[in-house]
Amino acid sequence: MTATDTSLSTTTPVTKGSGISARARKRLTSPWASLAAVVIAVLWTLPTFGLAVSSLRPEREIKTTGWWTFFRDPTITLDNYRAVLSAEGSEGLGSFFVNSFVITIPSVIIPICLALLAAYAFAWIRFPGRSVLFVAVFALQIVPIQVTLIPLLTLYVKADIVGSFWTIWLSHSIFALPLAIFLLHNFMRDIPPGLLEAARIDGAGHRQIFFRVLLPLLTPAVAAFAIFQFLWVWNDLLVALTFAGGGSEVAPITVALANLSGTRGTAWHLLSAGAFVSIIVPVVVFLLLQRYFVRGLLAGGLKG
Amino acid sequence: MRLRVTTPNLTAASVGALSLTLVLAGCGGGSTDSDDRAANAPKVDCTQFTQYGDLKGKTITVYTGIVTPEDKAYTDSYKPFEECTGATVKYEGDKAFETQILVRAKAGNPPDLAIVPQPGLLRQLVETGRAVEAPAEVAANVDKFWGADWKAYATVDGKFYGAPSGASIKSLVWYSPSEFKDNGYEVPKTLDQLIQLSDKIAATGKKPWCAGISSGEATGWPITDWMEDMMLRLHGPETYDKWVNHEIPFNSPESAAALDEVGKYLKNADYVNGGLGDVKSIATTTFQDAGLPILEGTCSLHRQASFYAANFPAGTRVAEDGDVFAFYLPGKDESAKPLLGGGEFNLAFSDRPEVKAFQTYLSTDTWANIKASVSQGWVTANKGLDVSNVSNSIDKLAAELLADPNSVFRFDGSDQMPGAVGSNAFWKQSTSWITGQSTKQTVDNIEAAWPK
Repeated sequence: MTATDTSLSTTTPVTKGSGISARARKRLTSPWASLAAVVIAVLWTLPTFGLAVSSLRPEREIKTTGWWTFFRDPTITLDNYRAVLSAEGSEGLGSFFVNSFVITIPSVIIPICLALLAAYAFAWIRFPGRSVLFVAVFALQIVPIQVTLIPLLTLYVKADIVGSFWTIWLSHSIFALPLAIFLLHNFMRDIPPGLLEAARIDGAGHRQIFFRVLLPLLTPAVAAFAIFQFLWVWNDLLVALTFAGGGSEVAPITVALANLSGTRGTAWHLLSAGAFVSIIVPVVVFLLLQRYFVRGLLAGGLKG
Repeated sequence: MRLRVTTPNLTAASVGALSLTLVLAGCGGGSTDSDDRAANAPKVDCTQFTQYGDLKGKTITVYTGIVTPEDKAYTDSYKPFEECTGATVKYEGDKAFETQILVRAKAGNPPDLAIVPQPGLLRQLVETGRAVEAPAEVAANVDKFWGADWKAYATVDGKFYGAPSGASIKSLVWYSPSEFKDNGYEVPKTLDQLIQLSDKIAATGKKPWCAGISSGEATGWPITDWMEDMMLRLHGPETYDKWVNHEIPFNSPESAAALDEVGKYLKNADYVNGGLGDVKSIATTTFQDAGLPILEGTCSLHRQASFYAANFPAGTRVAEDGDVFAFYLPGKDESAKPLLGGGEFNLAFSDRPEVKAFQTYLSTDTWANIKASVSQGWVTANKGLDVSNVSNSIDKLAAELLADPNSVFRFDGSDQMPGAVGSNAFWKQSTSWITGQSTKQTVDNIEAAWPK
């Protein structure tokens, strides 16, 4: 948040902030801390690295030896990737990959649009019962989604939208809204009221304040939440299984991955390659937007 | 457990090499399939399909737990029906079938047809009120092509719900034909001979049996199959039925004796665990890996279902004169031939005419033979199945055992017991049993878990 604050050149005393950060930098740059960070990073990356190595090994070796034996006798093959992308018998991961995009993009945009409006109302419009309503929305986060699966599906059946993308888009939006409203509300509350008052004195209505004043300032917050939601939807299996069924028309890549190993798990050597195919997109998204990601992580924890 | 009931393709590629007794398909039926796929679709004389009428533009959805690579044989076997009637069959395979079908049925979004792998699950689905009774044509076909016991598995409260589909045989012992030949071992014909053979192999210093029961959350299930097999052999099918239906308690003397009989093999340090370790290693070895030591010569005998053929590495010859094969786990004496197995059932959730027609097609001998001819590792108890359409030797053995008039078939017991026992306590207590818990404690614990 400090970045947003300073860029606004508001009343936050600059000297105080830099003093803290200087002290923090001093403390964190000890060689021991660096060593610990490196060790943790290595331990954390090791399983993924092993998965990457596994995905390039021949079937027989994957099934008989561990990935670390790869270094004694390196044999590289792309057979697993070939099998995953053009799975014989049924469709490869390709069409599911497209499905995943079709599912994920609206599932990110819909809750953000709704949550921005709701958060604005909660933050800057006075109306009776505002705090009660806000607490209620926030409390909805506690409801485990497993409880809602069958009732929601029943509603979708009555609305006759089963088997389309709508069920998944709506479900993800429903499940995302409480957290989205909460996060964006906190960002909005953070914006100095003086800014809005000035806009209002200049004759701006709610619409202009929202689009001209708030939205540009909220870009980092929206981006942060968009990444959260993107990763969550991309990696989701439960919602997709329940609402999309296993059909290849609407099922995302996670469903295809779950079925990849075959009825009795005899083709489990394909899983590492399949996982890497499905990892590509989240990794690209993360790398492109990672500075917002860290900001977003801090946002939830410090405010409220 | 879905794990045990279907039989997989050995290799999907080899399907292409099958010489079909049927003429290959010429017409594409508006499909976007590759040449490779179209070449597999059997072409059938459409006169057999006139009874189903014209179903152009109609769609039937099929939902099942059977996924790649076995799914291809199913979709291929539907093609003659699609081409002759004009209907489209949408096949949806999902490994989470067993939980998702219940969710979908309860929420009112069931498929037209589900391929259900257990009678217990079928009963649960019927109880949701969404399943529909099988049409009279299906019932007539089942009377004609299947034994009364098979019909009974798909009958709930006197109403018959669905024709059996595939079947699998579990009473098999895998062995190495060349090892038997070199050492002069005979395939045993009775349980006593099996023990004698085990002793003979053990006397050479080799551990004769190998076993493994690890299977994720289902760890323990191979022992339940062992115990069911012994229950059938020691006490006969009538007592077995009573035991499965809890007319005799799980901790009855018969039940304990059956488990002790299993213990003679699996808890005998002289017998196990060939090539894998000691008795306790049974609990940590995955069922997929447990029979592989046979190929390395460190183990001689491995009791597992016919589908285990798929677990041997590509290139292994599974045949009577090959690298590995299976013999029938013998009965107490030569006259008794109890056969433990599993199978699937086609349960419909709609009575639209096209669904009825499709269900009827699946209950015919026509479908059974088409399906067998495009599959690897698939058999059915349909008496109309011509064994010459079955392609590999292990499936032939299974088909012959199923067709043998002396065989007494019984469905996997744990699949019929209530979920709290059949897919929970039975597995867990079996695992504790192999790692040291006494037989009495084990059967007492399972009895205590039975829903009151």
